[in-house]
Amino acid sequence: MNKILSKPEALKDEVLSYCPGCGHGIIHRLIAECIDELGVREKTIAVAPVGCAVFAYDYFNFDVTEAPHGRPPAVATGIKRSNPDKFVFTYQGDGDIAAIGMSETIHAANRGENIAVIFVNNANYGMTGGQMAPTTLIGQVTETTPFGRDPKREGYPIHLCELLATLEGAVYLERVAIYNPQNIIKAKKAIKKAFQNQIDGKGFSLVEVISNCPVDWGMTVLDSIKWVKDVFIKTFPLGVVKDKTS
Amino acid sequence: MKKLIKGNIALCEGALAAGLHAYFGYPITPQNEIPAYMSRKMVELGKVFVQAESELAAANMVLGAAVTGVRAMTSSSSPGISLKQEAISYMAGMQLPSLIVNVQRGGPGLGNISGSQSDYFQAVKGGGHGDYRIIVLAPNSAQEMYETAYDAFDLAEKYRTPVMILADGITGQMMEPVEFNKLEKKYFEEKDWHLTGCKDRNPRSIQSLLMKDGVLEQHNINLQQKYNTIAENEIKYETYKTEDAEIVITAYGISSRIAKSAVKIARKEGLKAGLFRPKTLWPFPSKEISFLSDSGTKFLSVELSHGQMIEDVKLAVNGKTQVEFLGKAGGGIVTEREIVEKIKEMIL
Repeated sequence: MNKILSKPEALKDEVLSYCPGCGHGIIHRLIAECIDELGVREKTIAVAPVGCAVFAYDYFNFDVTEAPHGRPPAVATGIKRSNPDKFVFTYQGDGDIAAIGMSETIHAANRGENIAVIFVNNANYGMTGGQMAPTTLIGQVTETTPFGRDPKREGYPIHLCELLATLEGAVYLERVAIYNPQNIIKAKKAIKKAFQNQIDGKGFSLVEVISNCPVDWGMTVLDSIKWVKDVFIKTFPLGVVKDKTS
Repeated sequence: MKKLIKGNIALCEGALAAGLHAYFGYPITPQNEIPAYMSRKMVELGKVFVQAESELAAANMVLGAAVTGVRAMTSSSSPGISLKQEAISYMAGMQLPSLIVNVQRGGPGLGNISGSQSDYFQAVKGGGHGDYRIIVLAPNSAQEMYETAYDAFDLAEKYRTPVMILADGITGQMMEPVEFNKLEKKYFEEKDWHLTGCKDRNPRSIQSLLMKDGVLEQHNINLQQKYNTIAENEIKYETYKTEDAEIVITAYGISSRIAKSAVKIARKEGLKAGLFRPKTLWPFPSKEISFLSDSGTKFLSVELSHGQMIEDVKLAVNGKTQVEFLGKAGGGIVTEREIVEKIKEMIL
């Protein structure tokens, strides 16, 4: 019998700490597969966020550093500028990248830093228990929007890819999702392309991965997947937002 | 051969001679010569220069570079240093060697651009969150700006800790002859902690989040032991005519230059004055000050603040003798004559 699938080398043999049904496990695996396929594991230095993925160093089988909340693009800038031969990516949530770290995100993109950013958008702050994020949808109930997000009170969901698309330094921006196998395959393709862009020295690439957060959304896993498909991606449409690389 | 040069530029040259690989900065007066000089020098030398979008970002770029074991620095002035405290606390927790330069100006808040010494508390008592210390060095001349920057990275790497040079606007801005007598450092000891990609070894991580039971507690105990070792080994100070002094002025940085002149004047007037200048503000030379106070020698702390270092002088003296203060903040300069008058008031 032929073995057709095994755990990627870039993933440690650890039990993930993420909530049941959470998308981080899938996204971790996609990243690990891409790193293996591109053969960059031994020269990778990743930056973990503050948020659910703060323990990324326990799961990824390559060098990982932490960064203060929102600062991974600045930390990655310091790493990559000092070590242009290394492979550097950040893994960030919506609070990290679009709230406290918005400035670092915009300016790293605008400088065209030759790094890849994996942005996991689950429309709320997962680790701290489901508070409003910049990406929380209109009407979405969270711990800090108990009456549903009202634009008059809380403003509108931020579309990070579209916002970054105006910047010359951002070369590749794509929004993907992982709610079914077809989309998971597309998500992997996007991540691999972002990684390849860095290897080719093309500049700043960001892949926004729409993910579900069943526990903080107060849904069953299946309902959370349905909500991504029926509601979430209506506000955050999937697809390539910008591609200057081809 | 000596060269007439500003203190801020001398500091850049010292850091470069020490093998600085990456500089990340953001403009703020009175340290603007540093990013401006580095923007040319680092590029010419094929090294890294980034003008960051904020002090926060600059300090976190230093953190990123430091993770990979290269020599990295940032510089700023008081309000900017407040913003860098986040990364400084993280770097202390992550045990990352780095150099942070504070060319102090007046505060609080935006204050003004005059030289000041009002960030002593922030520099030596923490500044950021958590139980940590950083090594704080206090040069008082352009020559020392050069030499202190040259030595800073060795100290930072020896103990895996951020080091701060706490200068002031006057020392940064004044021009003095500097002897560039330091050889370029070409060899660094092989490190066993930094991130380089995991080729031929197991993956490493550098983190400050330590969640498992007792792990953070033990990390803090280890840090405190390290700080004790630094305090035992790295204290530096200078004394001037303290042997027979009835009164010893304690002053650092630019204040120590004024105080030295005041001591000379006082001696001419028959007053037995001396000067004790800490060159390391943390670790603070408490034992040495305590030893001087055993003989009943009085102390006068002269600072461009409203009294910050005096608290450490008082702790060192521990009630054994009189400790008084003379200082101004917000751009005011203490004059030699004011110091001499205060000396008279205290010992006559």
